[in-house]
Amino acid sequence: MNNQNNSVIVIGGGHNGLVCAAYLAKAGKKVTVLEAAKQLGGASITREFAPDFRVSAGAHLSYLLDAEIRKELGLDGHGLSMAAEKIDSVALDPKGKHLYFEGDSVSGEGLNERDLRGMKEYRRFMAKFAGVIGKLHNRIPPRMGTQDKSDLFSLAKTALDIRLLGRDDMREFLRIAGINIYDVLQENFDNELLKGALSLDAVLGTKSAPRSNNSVFTALHRFSGNNGHGAGALSLPKGGMGAICDALAAAAKAAGADLRTNSPVKRILMDFDRASGVELENGEQLQADIVVSNADPKTTFLDLLGARHIEAGFALRLKHLRSKGNTAKLHLALSDLPNFTGLDASKLGQRLLIAPSPHYVELAFNHIKYGEFSTEPVFEITIPSVHDSSLAPPGQHVLSAVVQYAPRDLKTGWKGGKAAFTEVVMNTLEQYAPDIRSKAVMAELLTPEDIEQEFRIKGGHWHHAELAMDQFYMLRPVPFASQYHTPVNGLYLCGAGSHPGGGVMGSAGRNAARAIIGK
Amino acid sequence: MKKYDAIVVGAGHNGLTNAAYLAKAGLSVLVVEKNPWIGGASVSRELHKGWMYSNCSYVCSLLRPEVFRSLNLQKYGLQIVPYGGSATFGQNGDILGSYVDADMSRREIARHSERDADASVRFDRDIMRQCRFIRKFLLRTAPDPTSFKPRDIREMLYLSKEFNKLGEDVIYDLMRFYTMSISDYLDEYFENPLLKAAYAGSAIIGSALGPMSPGTAYVLLHHAMGEVDGNMGAWGFARGGMGAVAKAMAGCFADHGGETVCGSGVEQIIVKNGKVTGVALENGDEHYSDVVVSNMTFPRTFLECMDEKDLSPSFLKKVKHFKIRGSSGKLNIALDGLPDFPALRNNPELIKGDMHLIDSMGRLERAFDDWKNGIWSQDPYIDMLIPSLTDPTMAPPGKHFMSVFVQYVPPKVKGKEWTDEQRDQFGQTVINQIEDYSPGFKKLILHAEVRTPRELENEVGLTEGNIFQGELTMDQLMFNRPIPGFAQYRGPVKGLYMCGSSNHPGGGVMAAPGANAAREILGDLRRTNTVPEGWLDD
Repeated sequence: MNNQNNSVIVIGGGHNGLVCAAYLAKAGKKVTVLEAAKQLGGASITREFAPDFRVSAGAHLSYLLDAEIRKELGLDGHGLSMAAEKIDSVALDPKGKHLYFEGDSVSGEGLNERDLRGMKEYRRFMAKFAGVIGKLHNRIPPRMGTQDKSDLFSLAKTALDIRLLGRDDMREFLRIAGINIYDVLQENFDNELLKGALSLDAVLGTKSAPRSNNSVFTALHRFSGNNGHGAGALSLPKGGMGAICDALAAAAKAAGADLRTNSPVKRILMDFDRASGVELENGEQLQADIVVSNADPKTTFLDLLGARHIEAGFALRLKHLRSKGNTAKLHLALSDLPNFTGLDASKLGQRLLIAPSPHYVELAFNHIKYGEFSTEPVFEITIPSVHDSSLAPPGQHVLSAVVQYAPRDLKTGWKGGKAAFTEVVMNTLEQYAPDIRSKAVMAELLTPEDIEQEFRIKGGHWHHAELAMDQFYMLRPVPFASQYHTPVNGLYLCGAGSHPGGGVMGSAGRNAARAIIGK
Repeated sequence: MKKYDAIVVGAGHNGLTNAAYLAKAGLSVLVVEKNPWIGGASVSRELHKGWMYSNCSYVCSLLRPEVFRSLNLQKYGLQIVPYGGSATFGQNGDILGSYVDADMSRREIARHSERDADASVRFDRDIMRQCRFIRKFLLRTAPDPTSFKPRDIREMLYLSKEFNKLGEDVIYDLMRFYTMSISDYLDEYFENPLLKAAYAGSAIIGSALGPMSPGTAYVLLHHAMGEVDGNMGAWGFARGGMGAVAKAMAGCFADHGGETVCGSGVEQIIVKNGKVTGVALENGDEHYSDVVVSNMTFPRTFLECMDEKDLSPSFLKKVKHFKIRGSSGKLNIALDGLPDFPALRNNPELIKGDMHLIDSMGRLERAFDDWKNGIWSQDPYIDMLIPSLTDPTMAPPGKHFMSVFVQYVPPKVKGKEWTDEQRDQFGQTVINQIEDYSPGFKKLILHAEVRTPRELENEVGLTEGNIFQGELTMDQLMFNRPIPGFAQYRGPVKGLYMCGSSNHPGGGVMAAPGANAAREILGDLRRTNTVPEGWLDD
């Protein structure tokens, strides 16, 4: 390693920034992490939203966190423990005829033989295909059309992974990978509620509906985490998602990284054709051989660096990066556990889904195409305090829900829209938990606009950039920046905007570190 | 009883192409057709005294020039007449015209947006790149990526070689192009809604997808990769209507000793101990051959014309899952005179071209939302042409024939079969829509044929009325078309072949599936190949 690349500044202390910093520090680099907010963690934090009520303000479930990273950085040794693992899900029905998912099986009223058989088969091939995507997560994407040996080797490896699925599964993989979840569900199931719940996993956090091509891919991505518990297994960290970043921060510190909060970066400094450091909002300038940005690509290049430092074609590709959020987040402080119609209290610790049918999800989606919010939204609900008493005062609870669809740019503007949407959200919730309003002491709704402001993600998209086939692997965030180094010397990306994308995974940060150390 | 070398089921353009090539190779070939007339969806019919209707497909561009030449269709009377430009109508009374003259088109775009006029140069170039790539594979059999046969490996290598030739950036663009929605794709180039709507039309025609559904960018390509007289992307009329295409092919076929039997459909494709032996017609006749080629849709072939026990359950399951959804309707209208479009008064020649009634992505997408809800679009996308302005043989002097293509129209209305009342209501929806842009239009109507997916299926046999014999989505393209493992025109039973648009490279009056199937058959029969392969022009 030449000491030319010895000092590193990481812009942003989100989970990927911390992972990257930890690996670089372990490799002997002099690392400084600059976080704008007063606490580390980015969109993977636990914070108070009502007196004595704390919640995972961004991501609220852990299902992608890479087991290797967890082990290599010794996160458990740094205080990471899970309050609950392998959480099951419940597909809520307004009349109380819920469906209960347990591992790879499902039970409940109205399921027929085909549904039960279909479930096993569906889980089998989705997990298997997700494995192919999962293998990509810890690879630095190759470039296309080059004669470079490592590129060709990497592509060959992927081709082999696909071939090793076996003839029939390979054919099936190549058939469905690019299409929509709706058709795949139709091929396997009859029960509408079942299909609705399964389709929800395919569209959460993305601008797509069950009928949109590409939703099989997003479903596979969700199941693709190498989390050590199996495809899409859900966990709740003790102390909320912030606990992951606390452990990452501890690991980074232990490795010698310098972590600074309340240090918003104003701009990236250039020394002729090379990134040479950063200037903070307070005017302070820090020099470094390498600058790594955990910020989203648009913020990094257009705000912090400035378009004048990049070539026009590349700037155009960046401009076209689809990065508008479409997901809202609801936080409720509850005086007591709510009653969901027909749901046993013992199930309240599970993931509760509101998506009664694929068509319901489809209709919810239709609104966002025209800049409106869903009048009947879909929900992914968790009540983490059931597993983790540290989040709320004794006997009281917090509810955290991902709510779709809410466009970043609401036609009527979020100023007035927010109250209206909160009303819609509560009304929908009330159909399933009639007493929810009376139990709710305090409600907080984060629109994509709020998410953009709180987490400084331009567009407020939790993946930093829309997760789609045309923005994945060597196309993420944009060609010529998808190997973590960018057209600007000394400037690297390590955020969710890079491969393999969002969800609290850490792989982007680790791959970026590898790309840097490789230099 | 005579035994033929091959029997082709269905006298559509692919069936006739296939039959013609087989006959050229010296085979004795019989074509059986259920209708009293030939042509399938490439047909001209006199449904109103003195008027010739191209009552299904209505324009020509995709027809492969290699087929045109090798079957010498000119000699058999096929003449493709290019038509000038197109007009896209806005609700505000303005239009966006496009002309044969590229500069005029650019000036017209500039009238709406200077920026888009510049972008259109980039757009045309990029689309052309995609076309030049895809065209290499239209007249080739897709390789099976799971197979280790030398032939498949060779073909895969050829594919990756051509792919790499594109160069790094173009490869990235291609990968994105094939997976994006046309709406997102156009947003990367243009700002003017009318212009975007004008392009978006060809990205949804015939497919059950909205402009905002990923995968629609490819459908645009499918409509842009054709040509007339070597002009890429140009469209034209077949003189005498689209039936002229089938007629010329049939002429070539007959010239090489082919026989055709019309008026009775196939009751069943006869299979004896794992081999096809011929076909049994509805009228009781039986014809025998060791080779049966089906030009029918994939589902129709196996679900309606074969005995379940001759097929494996897993294969049947896949056939049932084949996506072939009707999304389009058509009106064929006999007009007492030329309709007046106030918006066209400044450039009247545009009435000779393609006229689209659409002016924003949002409207187009909402039209699709209706389809998803199981009803026909209340504010439909309309693609109108008046062929009689270019081809006087279509209607009596002074009178006109108008072809009106409509999207979206569901195969069933809210899950129930179409009724005649609903069909007529749908017709009214469309005519009212046109009346809005052409006051007095209704008064000119002498006769109108309204076709929903139901009519299309009943007459032409297109399952669910899908004009491409199957959705053009990634799960049904190249080696996935019609289903993985059967993308090389061979059916699951020995001697059974498929030559319809359900097979690679898909729908449109292209004749490529028919040609490719013929090449495979001749190969299996160890006959000399009469079918061009690959990309022969320019």
